[in-house]
Amino acid sequence: MLLGTAFELAFVVCSVARRSFLRYFFLNLYFLLTIGSSVTRYFILSTFGLNSTEYCYAYFYTDALLTLALYVALISLYSHVFGELQFGKHLRLAAVLLLLGTALFSYAVVAQSADRLSTSFAYELSQNLYFVGLVLTYVLWGALLKLRETRTRIVQFVLSLGVYFSAYAASYALGGLASRHSFLVFLAPAIGCFLPLAWTLTMWRHTDESRLVPAQLVAVPR
Amino acid sequence: MMAALIFVFSLATLLMFFVSYCRSLMASSSRHSLSKEVRDVTGIPASASGRDFARVMQLLQLCPERPDDRTGLHAVETYYGILDLLEQTVARMVPSVRNWTEQERAGCANFAVVLLDRRIAFSREILAQQGEF
Repeated sequence: MLLGTAFELAFVVCSVARRSFLRYFFLNLYFLLTIGSSVTRYFILSTFGLNSTEYCYAYFYTDALLTLALYVALISLYSHVFGELQFGKHLRLAAVLLLLGTALFSYAVVAQSADRLSTSFAYELSQNLYFVGLVLTYVLWGALLKLRETRTRIVQFVLSLGVYFSAYAASYALGGLASRHSFLVFLAPAIGCFLPLAWTLTMWRHTDESRLVPAQLVAVPR
Repeated sequence: MMAALIFVFSLATLLMFFVSYCRSLMASSSRHSLSKEVRDVTGIPASASGRDFARVMQLLQLCPERPDDRTGLHAVETYYGILDLLEQTVARMVPSVRNWTEQERAGCANFAVVLLDRRIAFSREILAQQGEF
């Protein structure tokens, strides 16, 4: 957790140092919220203990909030890519509708169980948003290739996000298949460290002017 | 059943994103022209072949690390491992896969050589700074 928080802080510091804080405001906002929730969770954990209801609520609500923030960060990457195509308004509308649809679907799934409805809803919403996020990242990657996007930063942000979402989805599914294996306990924090680390390196190494050839990114040349 | 399906799908997308991510790391070093020093040290004239990777990795371990190149190198090293596995299995039966893996392995080796070049330059900088004191 400490390592992840250090990488998140490093990203924010890097983007301030590179004068890109406002340009990538929602990515920074996501990491600031992540740092905030790590601190909150730590205080609640040390005050009330691991098995307390307070910690349970804090964990699931901050998790839902972070997933929501990551969703907004992903939509902001869409805005960067489609920004020049005058799609901004439609994009925001579609994102809100998709979010509402996911929330309604999650509510419909958990509405049957009256017991701990709110935490179940937060958990279900997080899981569903992760899956929606994975699909949206996949679509965005397709769009980047189609539009021959050359900005190194945008390309690497999207690819790292794709690795992060897919690794999380795979670990969730693996947890369902083999819940008894203890290695899964270590897998989630390791995946959690990947995104801030990859984004920090991208922010540090490349400027907004850095360009690459999109054809070099496709594994099998078309 | 559903969990298995999601697992397979996410593993496939993970592999696709990971390969593209590694290629984006490698692409950023493709335009780098090697210095005379690194060409002399490695014996690589202009561009490396896949077989050079292990040797260049050993040379990399002899140089002081630059703080920002470790993660990229780990990612490309993992990618090279996957390609090696493909080379030992599928590529033996399918010639087109063999050509593709060799091309990719050469890309990994080129990335490592460029990193070596940067590390040598970094070491020189450190030595020069120490000489000033």
